[in-house]
Amino acid sequence: MKYAGLLVLPAGFFLALAALVLFPANSAGARAGFVLCGLAVEAVGLVVAARGHLEAQSHKAHGDDRA
Amino acid sequence: MTPALPALLPLPLSDAAFVLVLGLLLLAPLALAGVALLNTGLGRSRSAAQSLLGSLAIVAVAAIAFALLGATFAGTADSPSHTLHIAGTSWNWLGAGPFFLAGLGKASAPSQLGLLFEFLAVALAALIPWGSGADRLRLTAGCAVAAVLAALVFPLFAHWTWANGWLAQLGLNFSLGSGFLDPAGAASIHVLGALCALAVVWIAGPRKGKFPQGGFATAMPGHNAVYILFGCLLALAGWLAFNVAGAVLWMHAPLAALPVAAVNTLLSASGAVAATFAVTRIRFGKPDASLCANGWLSGLVASSATAALVTPLQSLMIGLIAGVLTPLLVEVLELAVSIDDPSGAIAVHGAGGLWGLIAAGALAPQSGQFLAQLVGIAALLGLGLPLVYLLFWLVNRWLPLRADQDGERIGMDLHELGGGAYPEFVIHRDDSYR
Repeated sequence: MKYAGLLVLPAGFFLALAALVLFPANSAGARAGFVLCGLAVEAVGLVVAARGHLEAQSHKAHGDDRA
Repeated sequence: MTPALPALLPLPLSDAAFVLVLGLLLLAPLALAGVALLNTGLGRSRSAAQSLLGSLAIVAVAAIAFALLGATFAGTADSPSHTLHIAGTSWNWLGAGPFFLAGLGKASAPSQLGLLFEFLAVALAALIPWGSGADRLRLTAGCAVAAVLAALVFPLFAHWTWANGWLAQLGLNFSLGSGFLDPAGAASIHVLGALCALAVVWIAGPRKGKFPQGGFATAMPGHNAVYILFGCLLALAGWLAFNVAGAVLWMHAPLAALPVAAVNTLLSASGAVAATFAVTRIRFGKPDASLCANGWLSGLVASSATAALVTPLQSLMIGLIAGVLTPLLVEVLELAVSIDDPSGAIAVHGAGGLWGLIAAGALAPQSGQFLAQLVGIAALLGLGLPLVYLLFWLVNRWLPLRADQDGERIGMDLHELGGGAYPEFVIHRDDSYR
């Protein structure tokens, strides 16, 4: 799950980059919307990676307790 | 203060500006000393010598790696670079400077000073993950992390930001204000360093006993408040040097604007520490020394993005907000996300840096500047974190980042150096090992 979250991060970046290539300078609203969507995707990626870290840590702690 | 627009080619420096910037950069290592002391004080007493020796070794390794490879990729504004042409736009993505600093003595004055700035910047960035991995990161692994950061990752972002890279050219190519502005390394030093810290902490895991199964996180307070607070004062001197030198080098600020940048730096840190003092007093009944130090540092980090761009009142407000955010985020990261970050670097350098970059965009008078800052942040998070995680994961496969259990139990000083930092003192037994 952590790796899935980390893979989502570049997707958000390319979304933000696409905003610059796809929309001309006079479409400031559309550009800003796309860039914000890209950042939102990155935020989701970060949350997923953090949850994955929590899960992995919890599994490890269970393993340590059994040992 | 009206921000100076960064030019795409280095402007010649007057003799006075050259001497001033060189003098300032010779003071900038005080920021490294401050962060190293903070890292040491926030760790345990049984790892203090390893922490400080590690800081020295990391600065050395980062400087060597940057000289051998990093400086080539970082390049300078007047050195050749690799450019991609996509959708009718040129994307300058990697420097192609000479290897091993060849011809440095014949480069233009701004290029030489820019490279010196980057040497100090990469050393500061490399110290950030070392503080987060305190008490369990091996010395050799810390050096390997610093080498990877200095040779491969930092140069990429330094080139994009300071050497006419595609982020710096967002204004020219896409009419986004003056392009991505990072006058003193809020992005390339601090946010990048914090992302490295997050990757290191995720890979190495928490200290033993930090997050007991089914219980609250164990408090592991720093061992020396004097180191921590003196480190803050040293860091102020170094930050003043970085911020004022960065304003001249990357923003081409006139000499008359420099005192304002210095005042802004001080006000941002002051506002931040005052806010953290108030927040911790309200929450815990008494101010918390280590969190106040974190607040001070987050104010300095935020000023790295804004000191050369905003008014003193705005700088004070930026610091106040950074000082409120930092202690809350330190707590959230530890209690809700189970991140064991002894130095609080992820909150201080990561959140402080991001907040500064956003504030710099929001307060800039040029249209499109805010969007340029957001694109820069998207690049840092979207490419920076996966890249450093992958590289450090590979380092960990080859050279394990974390010391073995025995090392953690007896302390990194005895385990790695064979002697402690305080041989005449009796060290307390840690509750978590009973």
